[in-house]
Amino acid sequence: MIISELETRLGYRCVQSAYNDAPLAAGYTSDLLSDVMAHAEEGSVLVTIQAHRNAIAVASMTGIAAMVVCNSRPLPDDMMEAARDEHIAVFLTDKNQFTVSGEIYGKISTQ
Amino acid sequence: MNSLPISTDDSPPFVLELIYRLKIKDVMTTTLVTSRRSDSLRDIQAQMKKHSITGVPVTEGNRLLGMVSMDDIIRALDAGYIQRRAEEYMTRNLIVLEDDMPLSFGISYLEKYSFGRFPVLNKEKELVGILTSRDVIVALLIEINKEAEKLEREFSAQREESHPDGIRREFATRKFDFENAGKPSSEIKRLLKERHLDGKLIRRVAVAAYELEMNQVVHSVGGKLLFTLDRERIVITATDQGPGIPDIDQAMTEGYSTATEWVRSLGFGAGMGLPNAKRVSDSFSVESSTHGTVVTATIFIHGTESQRNTNDHI
Repeated sequence: MIISELETRLGYRCVQSAYNDAPLAAGYTSDLLSDVMAHAEEGSVLVTIQAHRNAIAVASMTGIAAMVVCNSRPLPDDMMEAARDEHIAVFLTDKNQFTVSGEIYGKISTQ
Repeated sequence: MNSLPISTDDSPPFVLELIYRLKIKDVMTTTLVTSRRSDSLRDIQAQMKKHSITGVPVTEGNRLLGMVSMDDIIRALDAGYIQRRAEEYMTRNLIVLEDDMPLSFGISYLEKYSFGRFPVLNKEKELVGILTSRDVIVALLIEINKEAEKLEREFSAQREESHPDGIRREFATRKFDFENAGKPSSEIKRLLKERHLDGKLIRRVAVAAYELEMNQVVHSVGGKLLFTLDRERIVITATDQGPGIPDIDQAMTEGYSTATEWVRSLGFGAGMGLPNAKRVSDSFSVESSTHGTVVTATIFIHGTESQRNTNDHI
């Protein structure tokens, strides 16, 4: 699946759309950003509830292309600004990390 | 009336850190003017005038019995009982602070209750001080001044240099400055992208730079990140001014962390910083004393020496 399909196929609301639409081959689910730094793959989607600008910094350093923020966590303005600058797609959903991971996994592994 | 323009959950990180780090006892007034239960309200009025204060605790030894405020005195003057004893009219239902509480409690109390001052008790329930909004403002001003001075020193120390076949750049980091954390690493990443270096290499450098940067922001009093690049290698040297790592082996152990709850709630401080940085580096060293810590991470642009030797054989 490609990044934009997180919205069109899975219904997560895109809240930062200045990104390059690209295929997603992997994802990582964690709220521990140090763990994300250590293990997330380049070009993957991050599923998390950490919604602040340091989460974007971590995504940028590890080359994460998209982020799905779960449980409708509020998104601070400075985070959205950083995401725009770094061209990282941000999606918001009221679902939790478990559900979102399952949904994305299903789409990535069956393509 | 006594409202302080400081939010205890919405202020900049530096202020939040400050009001949770400072204890009531660091800020309160400790030279106390007190009165006894048998003193007349007239005596207390005289004390208030003499010391320019608006509230006096009534004590027996170190034990707090009540408070007499300026309002109590005005009421006594109005109703004509100013000659009566303090114990008859003092406020007995007191809201008190404990000296070990963080300053944020004091600020919340000043916001929540209409009192201009709070008596402060220690664990033994002895009166040890008084906290007013003035005490809070003075303490915050002193700390913010210190920080401003430090900032000015750091900015004047920042230097940048570029050579035709290399780059050398220095970045300052500040304690708990989460707003700017990541900017040096982003800049380093950008510089490497400009040079069209391999994506995997850039990612390793970015991870090392970001982890070392976050370490300084979370654990040190502040420091600097020196980034150098030449034809062979990229070196990131993170130097801070303290407080030092007491046990480096422990700090290098994945999962060991001394970070505060607040830092952890942001998703950091899981004890993975130094191990992560080491993992992506070709060579890695940590030196530390109470005067500061120097971490050096080196990443070879064309693989490590041993990798190169292996390649030569093929």
